[in-house]
Amino acid sequence: MNNFDYGAAAELKDAFIQVNENAANAFLAGGTNLIDLLKYNLVKAEKLVDINPLPDYHGIEETSDGKVRLGALLTNADTAYHPLIETNYPLLSRAILAGASAQIRNMATNGGNLLQRTRCYYFYDANVPCNKRNPGSGCSAIPGYNRTMAILGTSEYCIAVFPSDMCVALAALDATVDVSSAEGNRSIAFADFHRLPGNTPHLDNNLQHGELITGITLPKKGFEKNYSYLKLRDRNSYAFALVSVATALDLDGDRIKEARIALGGVAHRPWRVKEAEDLLQNQTATRENFAAAADLILKGAKGFEHNSFKIELAKRAIIRNCMMALHPESQMPGAQPSA
Amino acid sequence: MKNPPATGQSISRIEGPLKVTGAAKYSGEYNVPGLLYGYVVNSTITKGKIIKIYTEEIKALPGVIDVFSHENRPSTAWFDMKYADMDAPPGSPFRPLHDAEIRYNGQPIALIVAETFELARYAASIISVDYEKEIFDTDLRSHFGDGREPETGMASLLKPPPPEPTGYFETAYAAAKYKASGEFYHGTEHHNPMELFTTTTLYEGKGKLSIYDKTQGTVNCQLYVANVFGLRFKDVKVISPFVGGAFGSGLRPQYQLFLSVMAALELKRHVRVTLDRSQMFTFGHRPPTLQRTRFAADADGMVTALNHTAFAETSRFEDYTEVVVNWSPKLYPAAHTLLDYKLVPLDVFSPMDMRAPGGSTGMHAIESTLDELAYQLKMDPLDLRLKNYTMIDITVNLPYSSKELKECYLKGAEKFGWANRAPEPRSMKRGHKLVGYGMATGIWDAMQAPARAEAAMTRDGKLHVKSAVTDIGTGTFTVMTQIAADELGLPVADVIFSYGDSKLPFAPIQGGSMTTSTVGTAIRAAGKALRKKLLRVAKRMKDSPLGKAELEEVIFQNGYIILKDNPQAAVSFADIINDGHHGLPLKTTNTGVPNMAKLNKYSRAAHSAVFVEVEVDEELGVINVTRALTAVAAGKIINPKTSRSQILGSMVWGISKALREETILDNQLGKYMNQNLGEYHIPVHADIHDLDVMFIEENDEHINELGIKGLGEIGLVGVAPAITNAIFHATGKRLNQLPVHFDMLL
Ligand SMILES: Cc1cc2nc3c(=O)[nH]c(=O)nc-3n(C[C@H](O)[C@H](O)[C@H](O)COP(=O)(O)OP(=O)(O)OC[C@H]3O[C@@H](n4cnc5c(N)ncnc54)[C@H](O)[C@@H]3O)c2cc1C
Ligand code: SF4
Repeated sequence: MNNFDYGAAAELKDAFIQVNENAANAFLAGGTNLIDLLKYNLVKAEKLVDINPLPDYHGIEETSDGKVRLGALLTNADTAYHPLIETNYPLLSRAILAGASAQIRNMATNGGNLLQRTRCYYFYDANVPCNKRNPGSGCSAIPGYNRTMAILGTSEYCIAVFPSDMCVALAALDATVDVSSAEGNRSIAFADFHRLPGNTPHLDNNLQHGELITGITLPKKGFEKNYSYLKLRDRNSYAFALVSVATALDLDGDRIKEARIALGGVAHRPWRVKEAEDLLQNQTATRENFAAAADLILKGAKGFEHNSFKIELAKRAIIRNCMMALHPESQMPGAQPSA
Repeated sequence: MKNPPATGQSISRIEGPLKVTGAAKYSGEYNVPGLLYGYVVNSTITKGKIIKIYTEEIKALPGVIDVFSHENRPSTAWFDMKYADMDAPPGSPFRPLHDAEIRYNGQPIALIVAETFELARYAASIISVDYEKEIFDTDLRSHFGDGREPETGMASLLKPPPPEPTGYFETAYAAAKYKASGEFYHGTEHHNPMELFTTTTLYEGKGKLSIYDKTQGTVNCQLYVANVFGLRFKDVKVISPFVGGAFGSGLRPQYQLFLSVMAALELKRHVRVTLDRSQMFTFGHRPPTLQRTRFAADADGMVTALNHTAFAETSRFEDYTEVVVNWSPKLYPAAHTLLDYKLVPLDVFSPMDMRAPGGSTGMHAIESTLDELAYQLKMDPLDLRLKNYTMIDITVNLPYSSKELKECYLKGAEKFGWANRAPEPRSMKRGHKLVGYGMATGIWDAMQAPARAEAAMTRDGKLHVKSAVTDIGTGTFTVMTQIAADELGLPVADVIFSYGDSKLPFAPIQGGSMTTSTVGTAIRAAGKALRKKLLRVAKRMKDSPLGKAELEEVIFQNGYIILKDNPQAAVSFADIINDGHHGLPLKTTNTGVPNMAKLNKYSRAAHSAVFVEVEVDEELGVINVTRALTAVAAGKIINPKTSRSQILGSMVWGISKALREETILDNQLGKYMNQNLGEYHIPVHADIHDLDVMFIEENDEHINELGIKGLGEIGLVGVAPAITNAIFHATGKRLNQLPVHFDMLL
């Protein structure tokens, strides 16, 4: 870790001034990812601009048009256990609680969650080639131990996975990300927020330096009746997803009015396939139909030496999770498979 | 009023409150004014040479005191032997900063000493090093063909090579009707105790050192430091009262000890060196091992032929060995046996003992193959083991000193409900889950080494007992206090046990499940000697009511010596010291040695039977160990509570070994990739369900006076095979690579 400055920002304007002083200045929220990156010498910050003192963005509010706005500085834990979220957006609550550990969720913020870096082993080791960390140096994961890596949307430059659970639910719910900067405000649709690696794997998302996430807006529709989050991983808690699935269904009897299916642990961003969701529209909620959707979602998936299992696993996980969404009470703690 | 014996009681750890309140001080918590901090620079290449280390700009940083590397390190002992510790395998021990050669990835190549830890760490992150790289090999699986016989040495005493072949294995196997075989692979594992490896060396002037070290052997480290740095033995004190787990990683002096001492001597300052979590992956580990088995049985289920071969990784500089293949004929006396153990030297650090070394590796292969044989025979796996039950260890042709394994099988099976197991694989279901029952046997040698202990009675009637032994979290402190209390018939509260300091009477390294028998026997010897001394002094006292009583004619109880025939005739320990010994403590130091003449007539082992229930999600493969029961026969149980904790911990480890932990080795880079506890998966609470422990009474009159066998490893050996056997029962799939990844079941 290099020596860096620390500046607390109590006002939005001040936060922008401080962060714009140097391209290597960074916002500090919960610090659960950023501080690790500093310790591993993967990020060298000149100054950490602590945004926790900002007066706004710590709460959850309902907007006049029935949407719900999650403050960027609210912790993951306070979000997941908020009555409004538990009642109206239980999918989001479930997904958050499937992530990390209680201690980390108590520190981690909603804004920081969107910006956490990949968990690729090679990214975390400053002494080996990695295009994301050091563009042009090569990708060690492609010929290496790639069990945890992506099967969809990969490029010859990077096969890393975006590791968030929360964001899988946010993708399914069609959230938008609210952003402010010295230049003004903008909103980014969730689908446009995270990027695929392509030949620019060093860019995880489309946020610019100096832009602050102020909140995340959830549309009115929360799919609170039929939803499920399933997370498959190498231990029952405190491990990142090998494959996770968020399913949200709007049902009329056993007819599907609308389906949302997002995958985590398989790509450089939460993975949704519109054709698959369209396929389910107006169909009955059966295993067979979910299986057909699963095939479509995994179309084009490409495995590497150690992770080809994810293709079949993801298909099965989609089917199972859609079935679980028909009976949300069948969900287990830790987003384990139903009993 | 007679107080019940302290041994056999469930007494909570005496030091427990210190630990949970944070008052217990660990080696990295001894703070003194002027302390300097060292941070280690590790090699980023796997093999080759250091061409240049750019130390000048580092030394120029304000607050950096010095940078040590092979270029400027002080000279240390020249001979390999001087670096050998009590657990050193045959070969040439690793010497930190010895020369420019890089032997493995992560090798310590420099020590930066600075005024703060943070500065030293920062300096380590910016130091540049030029290397000349060489081609390396770290992959066991592609090199097992290079396997060769291990060198033998002192280590072979505790780790005997495989017994000679008996009968005609190939012929017997070819002719047999019922056979089972398998190929098994276990990857690298790292110990990962919670406490990081830290040494705080206090420079006490003129080559005198007080060293707070994380270790499983204070005397071992004292010897090592004195030998390597040419210091007088008595000038080196190694202190380690609390150890936050070690699991074998503290059996050998680690490089932070060397570096901390080196810097302290050179700078004549107090120096602390702490290894961070990722640096804990830069010394010993459990070696990856490839095994092959072929077992045969006759139609009645008698095992007739056993072939077990292992290829294990070692470093290029030491022949680290384990007992992997010797176990099967000890349990299942076949006429035809062929056992072989080979080493494959690779470009890694030397492997190192890790809880149940060898046993947990070998027994997985053995018990899985036996399970498979049971299916071939259409026999219940438990019945197959009972059928082949033996009270004789055929590998040495001696009876077991005691063996209540049969009771472990029977009582364990009953409590677990083994009878409810439907024999066919995939025949038990619960909702979406396939349910499987599996069982396995565990065995571990019961060993003992010589040790010394001091016992002293003071004027307040308290017993002070001393031994250099450590307490690595196992409850040694408490258990030794209990043993000592019974020697003098005192309540535990009147015993003060001092330990974890090399200046105290000699104890060997704490490992191999032999601490309780080893140090316990020494304490017993000292206790007996102290009883004699107390009586002698008591009898000399004016008007002593004890008259001419011999030791057999008195009892020691509640702080008194009492005549057996006349309980009114009693003298208190306090009076003996105050009136008979001028108030001066009465002291004795004695040696406890294994009685080899007696022991050599027996084979000695602790045993266990493990029963496991798993649930496997039929669609997704996700595995949960829903229930596990271990029945243990390990001689006398001194403290059921701490003993149960030992077994529970082992069972959690067994679940970990079967389903969770693995060090990921990238063979193209020649390095470990998951060097942190986020990615090195040890079980979390959500992985652990119903665990049960049963101790089966076992009276062993031969093993040692206390009848103790030790519990450190026995709880682990049988768990992983019981789990994989249960997975087979649930799914019909035999998975021989550990850890099992659930996707192998898709
Ligand atoms: C061991 C471990 C296990 C974990 N397991 C999981 C898991 O299973 N699932 C999961 O989803 N997550 C997991 N996490 C990740 C965790 O969710 C993230 O670390 C956390 O959400 C990050 O939030 P933070 O507030 O701590 O961000 P910080 O670390 O403070 O910041 C992260 C990044 O975001 C930037 N930033 C933060 N807030 C803002 C803002 N408002 N506007 C602009 N930039 C901002 C920072 O500058 C930094 O670059 C795990 C983390 C750890 C350490
Ligand atoms: S997958 Fe991406 S993050 Fe991982 S090594 Fe390759 S380039 Fe780096």
